[in-house]
Amino acid sequence: MTHTETVITVSHLYKKFGKFTANDDLNFEVYRGEIFGFLGANGAGKTTAMRILCGLSSPTSGTAMVAGYNVAEQPELVKRNIGYMSQKFSLYEDLTIWENMRLYAGIYGVTGKAFRDRAENLLSELHFLNHRHELIAGLSLGWKQKLAFTVALIHRPAIVFLDEPTGGVDPVTRRQFWEMIYEAAHQGTTIFVTTHYMDEAEYCDRITIMADGKIKALDTPGNLKASMGVETMNEVFVGLTR
Amino acid sequence: MKQLQAFIRKEFKHIFRDGLTVLILFVMPIAQLLIFGYVVSTEMRDAHIGILDHARDEATREITRRMAASGYFKIDAMLSSEAQIEPAFRQGRLKMVVVFEPGFSQRLQKDGTASVQLLADASDANTAQLLTGYSNGIIQKFAMEQNVASGAMPSIHTQVRMFYNEALKGVFMSVPGLMAMILMIVSAMMTSISITREKEFGSMEVLLISPLKPWQIIVGKVIPYLLLAFVNILTILSMSYWVFQMPVNGSLALLLGVSTLFTLVALSLGIFISTVASNQMVAMFISMFALMLPTILLSGFIYPIENMPWALQVLSNIMPPKWFIIAIKRIMLQGGGMEYIWKEVLILSGFVVLFITLSVKRFNVRIG
Repeated sequence: MTHTETVITVSHLYKKFGKFTANDDLNFEVYRGEIFGFLGANGAGKTTAMRILCGLSSPTSGTAMVAGYNVAEQPELVKRNIGYMSQKFSLYEDLTIWENMRLYAGIYGVTGKAFRDRAENLLSELHFLNHRHELIAGLSLGWKQKLAFTVALIHRPAIVFLDEPTGGVDPVTRRQFWEMIYEAAHQGTTIFVTTHYMDEAEYCDRITIMADGKIKALDTPGNLKASMGVETMNEVFVGLTR
Repeated sequence: MKQLQAFIRKEFKHIFRDGLTVLILFVMPIAQLLIFGYVVSTEMRDAHIGILDHARDEATREITRRMAASGYFKIDAMLSSEAQIEPAFRQGRLKMVVVFEPGFSQRLQKDGTASVQLLADASDANTAQLLTGYSNGIIQKFAMEQNVASGAMPSIHTQVRMFYNEALKGVFMSVPGLMAMILMIVSAMMTSISITREKEFGSMEVLLISPLKPWQIIVGKVIPYLLLAFVNILTILSMSYWVFQMPVNGSLALLLGVSTLFTLVALSLGIFISTVASNQMVAMFISMFALMLPTILLSGFIYPIENMPWALQVLSNIMPPKWFIIAIKRIMLQGGGMEYIWKEVLILSGFVVLFITLSVKRFNVRIG
């Protein structure tokens, strides 16, 4: 994969809450079609940075460009061009798969035939088209997460933000989930993912590791392991965040 | 607009797929109206009273007869002195004693005025209020007939409460209060719970990251409940009209307008609660304690505000239902137009502005 086109550019980004600095001089770029892992211990500032990139919160200083728009100045345009999925909430339990898809598609302005084609296509890829009229409440957690990821892609966003997408999911489903991520990235969608699973970190093209609001490392998993002279990502993580 | 449509459609699905919500929205109002109308009727029947008649003339005998014939009272004792009154109250034998002054009939004929003392056992303030009200109605009616015959001015002033509810029906008092209560539950409680649920489940974050603007999310949440509350208003009014023969003497359009305004007050209060509450449980408790109890206790729905201690009377002024109840009683029973309720309308509008402003402030702080 040749990474030439940047879709996220962050430079000298600070976010302060009173005297507490949650994000301390962040600088990085993410390329189109890249799977970008965003790692860090709890409280390291990952969530704050992600909220800024999603247009939910403004930086105290510095700039962040996402999908070509400045998050502080054009958050509405940023929001149109990104997808988001978190472990905390997948889909509305009392609605069917199809209704959930139609809701999110509707919110992003994808309606009518465009919606039906897109939704049928996505469900067919999952071999789940026959289940479209089932309520989310009856599905396993693994399926919920896979469908939530699919729904996050329904408006063909340039970038998808995944906030610990595989929390609580069994290893087999996690593997399938990552295959979906690869497929989406292969089609040109940029994936920005936070995770606590170090085996998942290995699947990323590049990863950053945050600690105390700062970026401690940013490179490919292979380079990181080599530079620290260790065998696993786990050791890299512990070494950098301790 | 299409985005909002998709969102509102989802809200309706949430509402209609939850059995409990449907029950609260559609069955509860009807059940409550029937219960308050038929069972918890505040009408009194056969209340035990005593008569202390110092006059013993035709007028006092006629009034006593009419009171006995009204069905509200059962004349339990004919007393002979004031000293007997207190013991009878203490024993709980009598709820009220009617005292006629000496020469009652004579004074009424000659001076055109006579006085009756109504002594009620106010340990049950509500009953006391009702009994004196009923008696007043009967006495005043009698007095008016006398005056019409002799051409003199009425000698006893009518209490407004009784005058406009000559049949003395309890349900006439309950309907406005009940409407306030139901609109509070449907609008404030259900909205605050439904917004808080999105926060609790984390879907609010997903919505905020979507192109939906915060105001669209709130409007999308509120519109279904506004429509359903309106359906409830129509149900309650139709039922009170056809089942309890409660009149709508004033303009129906004004009545619906004021009810919608009150619904907006409740909805904005619901929005405000959802900005304060961290989960559905908290939202429900705040709604219960901050809304239901004051609505029931302090709005004049069940307990007359005039009978409250001074401090509570002052407190009742900040209860939106109080103003709503005053306004719709004025429209329904007294047939008053906008010129009689502009003050209440203004106060209710003020509440909407206040709650919305507070919510926006809280919301911005949280997003920060």
